[in-house]
Amino acid sequence: MKRLARYTLTLAFAVTGATQLLAQGAVTGTVKFTGAAPANPKIDMAEEPICKAKYTTAPTDPVVVVNKGGLGNVFISVTSGLPAGAKAAAPSTPGTIDQQGCLYHPRVFGVMAGQSIEIKNSDAVLHNIKAMPKKNRGFNISQPTAGMKTMKTFPVAEAAVPFECNVHGWMKAKVFVMDTPYFAVSDENGAFSLKGLPAGTYTLEAWHEKYGTKTATVTVTATGGTATFTFAAS
Amino acid sequence: MNRATAGRYGGKAAGVIFGAALLLTGFPADRLSAQDVQRGKVVYDKWCMGCHGETGLGDGPAAKFMLPPPRDFTGAKYQIRTTASGELPADADIERVVAEGMPGTAMPEWKSKLSGAEQKDVVAYVKSLSTFFEGAQPPAVVAFGKAPGGGADAIADGGKTFEKLECFKCHGMSGRGNGKSSPTLKDDWDFPIRAANLSQNWNFNGGGAVEDIYRRMRTGLDGTPMPSFSDALDAKVITDEQLWHVAQYVRSLSPEESPPAVREVIRAAPVAQGAALPAGPDDSTWSRAEPSFIPMVGQIIAKPRWFAPSVTGIWVQSMHDGNKLAVRVSWDDGSKSPDPAWDEWMARLVKSVTDADGALTPAQGPDRFWVQFPKRVTDEAERPYFLGGNTRRPVYLWRWASTPDASEEGTGTGLGRFAALSGASEMTHAASFTDGRWHVQFTRALVPADTTASPTFGVGRAIPIAFFAGDGSNGETGARGAVSAWYAIYLDVPTPPTVYVMPLVAVLLTAGLGLVVVWRAQQQNRKS
Repeated sequence: MKRLARYTLTLAFAVTGATQLLAQGAVTGTVKFTGAAPANPKIDMAEEPICKAKYTTAPTDPVVVVNKGGLGNVFISVTSGLPAGAKAAAPSTPGTIDQQGCLYHPRVFGVMAGQSIEIKNSDAVLHNIKAMPKKNRGFNISQPTAGMKTMKTFPVAEAAVPFECNVHGWMKAKVFVMDTPYFAVSDENGAFSLKGLPAGTYTLEAWHEKYGTKTATVTVTATGGTATFTFAAS
Repeated sequence: MNRATAGRYGGKAAGVIFGAALLLTGFPADRLSAQDVQRGKVVYDKWCMGCHGETGLGDGPAAKFMLPPPRDFTGAKYQIRTTASGELPADADIERVVAEGMPGTAMPEWKSKLSGAEQKDVVAYVKSLSTFFEGAQPPAVVAFGKAPGGGADAIADGGKTFEKLECFKCHGMSGRGNGKSSPTLKDDWDFPIRAANLSQNWNFNGGGAVEDIYRRMRTGLDGTPMPSFSDALDAKVITDEQLWHVAQYVRSLSPEESPPAVREVIRAAPVAQGAALPAGPDDSTWSRAEPSFIPMVGQIIAKPRWFAPSVTGIWVQSMHDGNKLAVRVSWDDGSKSPDPAWDEWMARLVKSVTDADGALTPAQGPDRFWVQFPKRVTDEAERPYFLGGNTRRPVYLWRWASTPDASEEGTGTGLGRFAALSGASEMTHAASFTDGRWHVQFTRALVPADTTASPTFGVGRAIPIAFFAGDGSNGETGARGAVSAWYAIYLDVPTPPTVYVMPLVAVLLTAGLGLVVVWRAQQQNRKS
């Protein structure tokens, strides 16, 4: 029985690997933003001079990041089109989140279920990191010194898990825990790329913390595919 | 029946049920646990549902008035645990909360109301309200070790680590829950939540002993902003001994006697011959007056009622010099209201607390404090109605507000019915606010100019006294605030010098008489 399971597993991996070798394309795309980008809320860091000193201009909470007409911090994932039951092993390299200048970097990111998340403090101040998932168990840990690292893992897929610091109420991040490796976050110019998708037609979803979700259909061929999302100022 | 025998009987009962279940079905274990849950549901529906809600969402009919609100059981987040941050609690953890309650919250203890079996059953039912417990292995309990020796050095070391770990960011430098982050704190459900006032350990949710405090730092309080510091131990940022010292330091911030004894009578001691009454609330003379602790509760009788008071206890000191009475009241308050830093707190409060008696507005008022006496001090046992008196038995009131810093004296005939006395106020006040604590001193002549308008504070008699406190940054305006029951203030009679001389005379007389008796006896012996 055990052996059979092992064979099946090996076979599955072989098949998956072969499919990926045969035809896989990168979906590249842009998240566009139309209209005037709203001003981000100012953060008063007067109480935290160590963080304040890391900024040359008054720090703001980067809710809406718009550059060259592109919207950053948008999480893009595949919502349909993947073979039923497609599973992939979680990478052994951790996803990382850094606390730098009393803000989270990155603000939005994805990991796979079971993949480690390395939480790092680059500020010489106390941060607590509170994760508030609904399907996974949360945690609330403290990192009182610079350089401290903590590893955490969420075993179950779950969208937009809130991370927050209560010492600095403005610090917020969102972590997407995914079953598949096909996800990306748009950069500060709105560009993203989804790698390794087998040829086929997919529905992609783009999520932004303020503007909600948009979907797009993309056909991936051996040469890849392109997708564009457009969010408008509300 | 004590716990042990309850357990034994419970065991026997379980055995009988187990046997019966075995005969009736093929799945004895399932039936047994279902039985517990079913019995637990009966207990839950009767005693717990009103606050925690039908399905355990923490949304019972009473929930909307409470702060902190009742726990939502569906997410299986438990504050008081022996397990690591984010882990499920051990059964014993939930059992403890049921038995002991959550000090500082509306959750009472149930050990005097429910049997041991009922407590266990209700825990089984509460667990069934969350999917997280389905098929879950019993969680690993953290090995806590034992406290190292305490003492002044340990406490001093703990104070240093308290600063290093930046506990003060939320709890404040003197631990009164008034750190810079405190107005922004919220729980996992976006309800406003206070950083614990570390100088009132009797209100700590998980108990106020050194061991309790250490455990809270190791495990954190899930669902609240309080994190676990176990990772900081693993990363060797601090040692286990240092963390124990923090616990010992935190314990030292509260009075030795905890909770402080509540006595009916506040003693107003006479100042020493020729000495002056304290000139203000920060006068060092006050350190010589014994403080009396007075518990305060939300004003939940007259509308608008208030179930979430910020002031849960005050300290009262008093002195007189034969001509004037000085009363100093001290209480902890995170802010000198109104304070823009607390706007965020107010906004969250308005969203969280439904006030059935009228809209709660996000505008902050001043902090307020009232001292109440009967308008006429009589020898009757009956005192005026404790909530501001009534027309038949009015009260004499001192009313102070923080912004602008002003006070007035007047007559009260019910909460909110107040008429200032005519003419200049004979009562004077001075207030100071330092690091999350108010001190307000009220001073007035023992005998007022018009003895029909306000009471005479006679030396050597007990005068009824009661208090009202309102925190303007916590939505406490009008009748919303905290009240005390009636207490008494007793102006001690100055001790005349004869009190010290007379015992000496008595001793000398007795000794002399004794000598005479012995001498006479010896004389008679010699004769015979």
